[in-house]
Amino acid sequence: MSVLAYIESSKGKVKKNAFEIVSYSSELAKKLDTDLVALVLNCNDISELSKYGASKILKVTSSELENFNAKSYANIIAQAAKISNSNHIVLSSSLDTKYLAPLLSIELDAGYLSNVVELPSSLSPFTVKRTSFTNKAFSDSTIDSEFKIIGLSSNAFGLLENNVESSVEDFNPSLIEEKITIKSTEKISGKISIADADIVVSAGRGLKGPENWNIIEELAETLGAATACSKPVSDMGWRPHSEHVGQTGKPVATNLYIAIGISGAIQHLAGINSSKIKVVINNDPEAPFFKAADYGVVGDAFDVVPRLTEKLKAFKA
Amino acid sequence: MKILVCISHVPDTTSKINFTDENTVFDSQGVQYVINPNDEFGLTRAMWFKEKQSAIIEVINVGGVSTEPTLRKALAIGADKAIRIDSEPIDGLFVAKEIAEHIKSNNYDLIIAGRESIDYNGGMVPGLIAGLLQINFITNCTKLDIENNTATIEREIDGGKEILSCSLPLIIGGQKGLVEESDLRIPNMRGIMQARQKPLEVIPPSNSNSKTKSIKFYKPEPRKEVKLISSDNLDQLIDLLHNEAKVL
Repeated sequence: MSVLAYIESSKGKVKKNAFEIVSYSSELAKKLDTDLVALVLNCNDISELSKYGASKILKVTSSELENFNAKSYANIIAQAAKISNSNHIVLSSSLDTKYLAPLLSIELDAGYLSNVVELPSSLSPFTVKRTSFTNKAFSDSTIDSEFKIIGLSSNAFGLLENNVESSVEDFNPSLIEEKITIKSTEKISGKISIADADIVVSAGRGLKGPENWNIIEELAETLGAATACSKPVSDMGWRPHSEHVGQTGKPVATNLYIAIGISGAIQHLAGINSSKIKVVINNDPEAPFFKAADYGVVGDAFDVVPRLTEKLKAFKA
Repeated sequence: MKILVCISHVPDTTSKINFTDENTVFDSQGVQYVINPNDEFGLTRAMWFKEKQSAIIEVINVGGVSTEPTLRKALAIGADKAIRIDSEPIDGLFVAKEIAEHIKSNNYDLIIAGRESIDYNGGMVPGLIAGLLQINFITNCTKLDIENNTATIEREIDGGKEILSCSLPLIIGGQKGLVEESDLRIPNMRGIMQARQKPLEVIPPSNSNSKTKSIKFYKPEPRKEVKLISSDNLDQLIDLLHNEAKVL
């Protein structure tokens, strides 16, 4: 019996979230007194996985799997779980992986919990803590089935170095027929996605109009951060929906979240609750965001943000 | 075209969340319930298919009698029929199995669910239904068009979007983008009156099993007081983020 960690990759490289998935899975394997098997698809550069405890790596290489397909990928993970005799499977919270997870759970007849934030507090019954009510609460939840799928929340566990020798084994799964055709894929190039970012710079109605986003983008660029926005801003079409953070938008679990000109509606605060450090810049000292933030600056965004950007440039230099 | 929209009955987004019975049950006292926002985007898109392509819309929910006002609201918005599977939901798998059983004996061309409910956030019901019934499934849908039994879909991906196509039957996980916030419909008096006459069928559960359970709830620890930094002293902010918070 092993723990199987599914590692996502992009263009032959493991994704950044992989190291957290391996760190968590490796600790889970220790708790269960078993080994960790990491599954990688079309990924050449896997050397860094051993730094976090991936002692065995199953490597799939296939030109037919170049594009993500939830059903095919779920099927391959299920095959890997069976051949590696794994009944605990650890997944990330990326959009692709959350897409395939329920399909995998049916294939393996496994219980699946998403948004898990900690290692199990008990192995029998298998109990983990997860977020619920869009980060307004947590629950202790159990999985009763033999196969268990754990969807780990981004940035919830962090990295834990654990150098091991990795053995790599090629794995040739059987492929299923794909019924969904990908017509085009469009990635915003040169920009960091909210999912991959350590820092997110987010702005709201306080910016007064889409033409003023240059100060936000410049701050984000200086910090190597992704940009995001509040719900009204996306509803008014100032920014794309994909940047909308909150209960009906995206959850953000990042190390640093900087909110500029966002008052802090309860739905927005729920969406960012899992972020570690929150900074608010707002000219209204009564804005609810100040009650949810770690650091606050009362001031006008058009005055504070450009000066902050200049100071950060100097700091980084 | 026959469409089934899965409706989750959830606390309004502004609700304060509390628990009762020694933190084992969500406290519904004083809580306003709504159609799960991700489901409402899908229902509103379904209305477009009804008006432009003569689709028939049925809505379904797994829940007790207290969820009926939410189904009535869906009828007032324009759904033709509502189905309530009379059981308290246990977990996502339980709900998916109950809905899948209903789908098996009724032919739907398109099943619309939300990408996740805003209460338990499992994000799994549409995918589980797809797996159980072996039908096409696409989640995080931000656009949906159907012509000649073929769906064209825009899906949000991390850092971009993807255009996909597949044949029906299909189940989707919808989200904002399917329609805009401004397209959402507030039921008018005529819709509300009509909804009273529309069928709301209550069917017994098929007693599906579950595999997970929420055994205890708790709220996040109260936060420390915010540290205010003068806007004339932004160096201090950088210093705190670097040395104290260690995020720079």
